[in-house]
Amino acid sequence: MSSPLAPTRPARLSLALRDSATMLRRNLLHARRYPSLTLNLLLTPIMLLLLFVYIFGDTMSAGIGGGAPDRSVYIAYIVPGLLLMTIGSTTIGTAVSVSNDMTEGIIARFRTMAIHRGSVIIGHVVGSVLQSIVSVVLVGAVGVAIGFRSTDATVLEWLAAFGLLVLFATALTWIAVGMGLVSPNAEAASNNAMPLILLPLLSSAFVPLDAMPGWFRPIAEYQPFTPAIETLRGLLLGTEIGHHGWLAVAWCLGLAVLGYVWSTARFDAEPK
Amino acid sequence: MTDLAIAATGLRKSYGDKTVLDGVDLAVPEGTIFSLLGPNGAGKTTVVKILSTLTGADGGEIRVGGHDLATHPQAVRAGIGVTGQFSAVDGLITGEENMLLMADLHHLPKAEGRRVAAELLARFDLADAASKPASTYSGGMKRRLDIAMTLVGDPRIIFLDEPTTGLDPRSRHTMWQIIRELVTGGVTVFLTTQYLEEADELADRIAVLNDGKIVAEGTAEQLKRLVPGGHVRLRFTDPAAYRRAAFALHDEVTRDDTSLVLHIPSDGSQRELRLLLDRLDACGIEADELTVHTPDLDDVFFALTGGTRRPVQPEEAAR
Repeated sequence: MSSPLAPTRPARLSLALRDSATMLRRNLLHARRYPSLTLNLLLTPIMLLLLFVYIFGDTMSAGIGGGAPDRSVYIAYIVPGLLLMTIGSTTIGTAVSVSNDMTEGIIARFRTMAIHRGSVIIGHVVGSVLQSIVSVVLVGAVGVAIGFRSTDATVLEWLAAFGLLVLFATALTWIAVGMGLVSPNAEAASNNAMPLILLPLLSSAFVPLDAMPGWFRPIAEYQPFTPAIETLRGLLLGTEIGHHGWLAVAWCLGLAVLGYVWSTARFDAEPK
Repeated sequence: MTDLAIAATGLRKSYGDKTVLDGVDLAVPEGTIFSLLGPNGAGKTTVVKILSTLTGADGGEIRVGGHDLATHPQAVRAGIGVTGQFSAVDGLITGEENMLLMADLHHLPKAEGRRVAAELLARFDLADAASKPASTYSGGMKRRLDIAMTLVGDPRIIFLDEPTTGLDPRSRHTMWQIIRELVTGGVTVFLTTQYLEEADELADRIAVLNDGKIVAEGTAEQLKRLVPGGHVRLRFTDPAAYRRAAFALHDEVTRDDTSLVLHIPSDGSQRELRLLLDRLDACGIEADELTVHTPDLDDVFFALTGGTRRPVQPEEAAR
């Protein structure tokens, strides 16, 4: 066997890439074999979308459209928020599957093998980001089916929107991986990751900030979801982005780095 | 490279203020089966975890496969294979996918990976189940898949932590056969077990671990010589006969008043046996049952780990 006694830098990088790719294949295989978890998590944003548009739709759109109920205005308003909520929902699945995985004996086996140490986690992260993107596309398709249309977004804006979604998914995934690592079992992981799907309810996803009570507005405005939602809205619908743009990017980078440091520290910690 | 596959001196480990390993020395020559024997909680699994780089030691010098474990853990990992106490297979994917996963992680070329996987699955009688999810396997099959996965990288040193715990007798014997075959290829096997029979059956050398310390080490024969476990066991049903016998043999007998059993130390030779029978005859005592007991690893185990003699009742049933 090739024994990496004194691996050079490029050798170590290629080892990392190769092992991470193997672990990614493993996670995608899990997702393909057991799609029920992913699909269940997809139901929440789709149900909320249909609920708010078809059941509460008249009242909500009257509030947004300045008095006259116009459902298409409200569809346009909530789809960006629900796309980001989809990411939050998918990453709950990530926390659960990471936590499940850590209770498996195979993780101990990986730790005793001469493989790149971070590859297990990187496999989970890349797999989860890919799953998030697929989920966003599916929820987006439902949105388009019920009448969502992007108004004159340029190719550049589409690319930026896609980039934002990937960045946001990466950030939430790293946090979810950390949550999965500190949770003793799947139930705890699912509970710990709850904020990832509750936060969008306290954002500008469903109602505008200025429709909220004054004391609550700062909380809603500066939590990670609102800036991302407002930025996505601006990119897809041409609304004002303003300071939300850099706030969204800052939140994503901050959460990604925090989640990365947290997760790798937890994974490297000695297993009990 | 030395001719020792595993060399550890002064191994120490505590969790909080609980000392689990208190200065353990180990020397395992290449190509042999070494068995670490001990009761539950003796620290066997901790030793395996440390030697296989899963857990750090608090103190001690360790070389595995000629590499210093503290400074070159990746080099150690490249030469070892570990099958832990709890099955280390991925239950969500099939047996074959588990094997190919190992092949990929050992960076085998695609074709070779497939060949090795198919070969090992066939060798461990798993070819028919290869395309079923590992979670549907029986305990014995999971353990076989586990070992097959361990062998993918062609490890020179294999750690087996209680490989037969929870297996039925047939699977246990299959596992023993597998372990014996491993060493014929020059592989070193480090085996932990709580079954004395297993250590006796497989190991070239046995170390008894108790309370974080090695209390005895040697071949099965050497260990058996350590304790005077040979005795004759007399069982009575009549309490009066039991009391008379106990009185007649009072100078050398160990009594068990509740089950009416007497133990008389003996080397099991014909001469000693005749002497004993003559004495019993002289007093007109007839025991309901007489068994001759030669020392075995159980005696060593109980003498070294318990401090007291082995419990009398389950002795035959335990076999």
